Amino acid sequence: MTDTSTSAGQPTPPAAKGPVARFIQATELDTRLLGMIGALALIWIGFHLYGALVNGFGAFLTPRNLWNLSVQTSSIGIMACGMVLVIVTRHIDLSVGSVLGFCAIVMGVTQVWFLPTLVGLEHWSIWIIAVIVGLITGTLVGAFHGYMIAYMQIPAFIVTLGGLLVWRGAAFLVARGETISPVDSTFRLLGGTPEGAVGSTGSWIIGLIAAVVVVGLVFAGRSQRKKHGFAQRPMWADTFIAAIGAGSVIGAVLLVNAYPWPRGVVRRYAAAEGIEIPEGGLFISHGFAIPVLILLAVAIIMALVMSRTRFGRYVYAIGGNPEAAALAGINTKWMTVKIFALMGFLTGLSASVASARLGSATNALGTLDELYVIAAAVIGGTSLAGGVGTIYGAVLGAFVMQSLQTGMVLIGFDAAIQQVVVGSVLVLAVYLDNLYRRSSK
Amino acid sequence: MSVEKKSIDRSGTPLVDMRDICISFGGVHAVDHVSVDLYPGEVVGLLGHNGAGKSTLIKILSGAYGMDSGEIYVNGERATITNPRDARSYNIETIYQTLALADNLDAASNLFLGRELTSAVGFVDDDAMEAETRKIMARLNPNFKKFKDPVSALSGGQRQSVAIARAVYFNARILIMDEPTAALGPHETQMVSELIQQLKADGIGIFLISHDIHDVMELCDRASVMKNGQLVGTVDVDDVTDDDLLGMIILGKKPGES
Repeated sequence: MTDTSTSAGQPTPPAAKGPVARFIQATELDTRLLGMIGALALIWIGFHLYGALVNGFGAFLTPRNLWNLSVQTSSIGIMACGMVLVIVTRHIDLSVGSVLGFCAIVMGVTQVWFLPTLVGLEHWSIWIIAVIVGLITGTLVGAFHGYMIAYMQIPAFIVTLGGLLVWRGAAFLVARGETISPVDSTFRLLGGTPEGAVGSTGSWIIGLIAAVVVVGLVFAGRSQRKKHGFAQRPMWADTFIAAIGAGSVIGAVLLVNAYPWPRGVVRRYAAAEGIEIPEGGLFISHGFAIPVLILLAVAIIMALVMSRTRFGRYVYAIGGNPEAAALAGINTKWMTVKIFALMGFLTGLSASVASARLGSATNALGTLDELYVIAAAVIGGTSLAGGVGTIYGAVLGAFVMQSLQTGMVLIGFDAAIQQVVVGSVLVLAVYLDNLYRRSSK
Repeated sequence: MSVEKKSIDRSGTPLVDMRDICISFGGVHAVDHVSVDLYPGEVVGLLGHNGAGKSTLIKILSGAYGMDSGEIYVNGERATITNPRDARSYNIETIYQTLALADNLDAASNLFLGRELTSAVGFVDDDAMEAETRKIMARLNPNFKKFKDPVSALSGGQRQSVAIARAVYFNARILIMDEPTAALGPHETQMVSELIQQLKADGIGIFLISHDIHDVMELCDRASVMKNGQLVGTVDVDDVTDDDLLGMIILGKKPGES
């Protein structure tokens, strides 16, 4: 350390920086976030151009593909939000894929074998009870893992490696290996079928509320800074951030509303509702898919938890220095139980989405998900050394992973190449993140 | 630079009275029937070799370790300290040798770790905590400017001032300082000794763990020397010489004994 307390903290004069650096300084935008969004944009444009040039049709940047991409990301993305906490506190959870399979089977048994005999087939309460049972199952399994890690002091790697085998086997035993279907029709909406989306009007309502909230938060931040007499961001910078935020929300609404229901679904819907289909076909927008809204809700709540609650603060403190956290009076063992219980809860939620999307519960559901979830968190900048990681990073990481897979399917790469590319990108992303950290020190 | 010492009034109730404390780890008696006490406005030095048990003794008081047997009295009342939270509730604050900072968090988050200020809805109020941190830092270390950076980006002295600010901010009555100047340059060491004088004047009792005999002679009123987990003795520093203290540390002999 060469800096002394007198020279440290003096900002470099703004004149010495280029316009981009000055812009970033004024807006206080997270450069890592910008980098990840840039990487994602590059992947999307790259696949689209490759398709356009080589196959004669760029299929990537279409409402249809992006809508499907968002739905396919949901399950991994929900779990990645929990995995951030696990990895930030220097643990790992290898069992989430198996726990997802186990929760799905338990939910399947509940809603297909038990509940119909109790309340009748397709009863309104079935999906609610099934989801609650799934969430409780996941939470209990996670809490049990956390208990073994914290109080019996078995390394998380071992506990969850054991869990990976145990819960996959348990899922098989519960249903004797059968595939359980069909699941409740309301439950299926959680998976994001055309009906499992909120439609054009619903999307506009959600989008407009979100846009107002974004603008409101930016300017609430201004008055908060003023109250404490801190330096203000320039007005143009705050306006710019508010505009970008609100604009992206509106853009997303326009995008999901631009993807119409497929003709077969429209025909079935028209027949059921007794509507005449006009000459040019009936344009019914998908709107936001329900699993995507679940993912967004989870991401927003978890981001708030991590940045605005004591619980989140303690997660980072434990990751940064477990001993210091304990000396500061934080009950680190109980925190570990809570973190793994939360991971289990999100796995149960993810199991609802995955099994609803499949329309059935199989004990193979979620196989290898643990690796994608961990990869999503790590690509999103979560450090395996602990203490560093963000929710938005993990969600973006999940989108990067899913974009790569979807993109390669669209341009016709086979499964072997997909594995090579996804694996390589994981390693490359961590290397780039290391470079970024070193240069920003 | 010699410090004018006033004699300490030890007629009243001690701030802290640790009686007959024992703790052992795997058959080793790390602290073996040790008794120490501390009066308001007093600095008591704890001396001894590495492994003599002074840090362990102090970690019992700060709640990091649970003792096997013994009694702790705070202001004359029996105190139950089983975790750091208990210690804090008795206004016992500790500055650890390792500083015990979460490197990935900023100064304000570290200062308030475990005692965050929250807004009406229960969210942590980072702005309020930063404002408070700015206030106390203006007093302790006016050069401190890096409020937004994680403490890993701070120099040794800056990190030390965060750790000190944390102990001072919450109105400590009893302060434990474990090697507070070990990592500091001369200027910052001076700053710490001035702070100790100031805290003494406020009637705060301080346990000061140190290796440096000169520090102890200059800053402390009494010194308790430990060796192999046992208390060699407690002496008034005005009654002893450097060599007497060294003899206690190395040979385990009280002055006057042959």
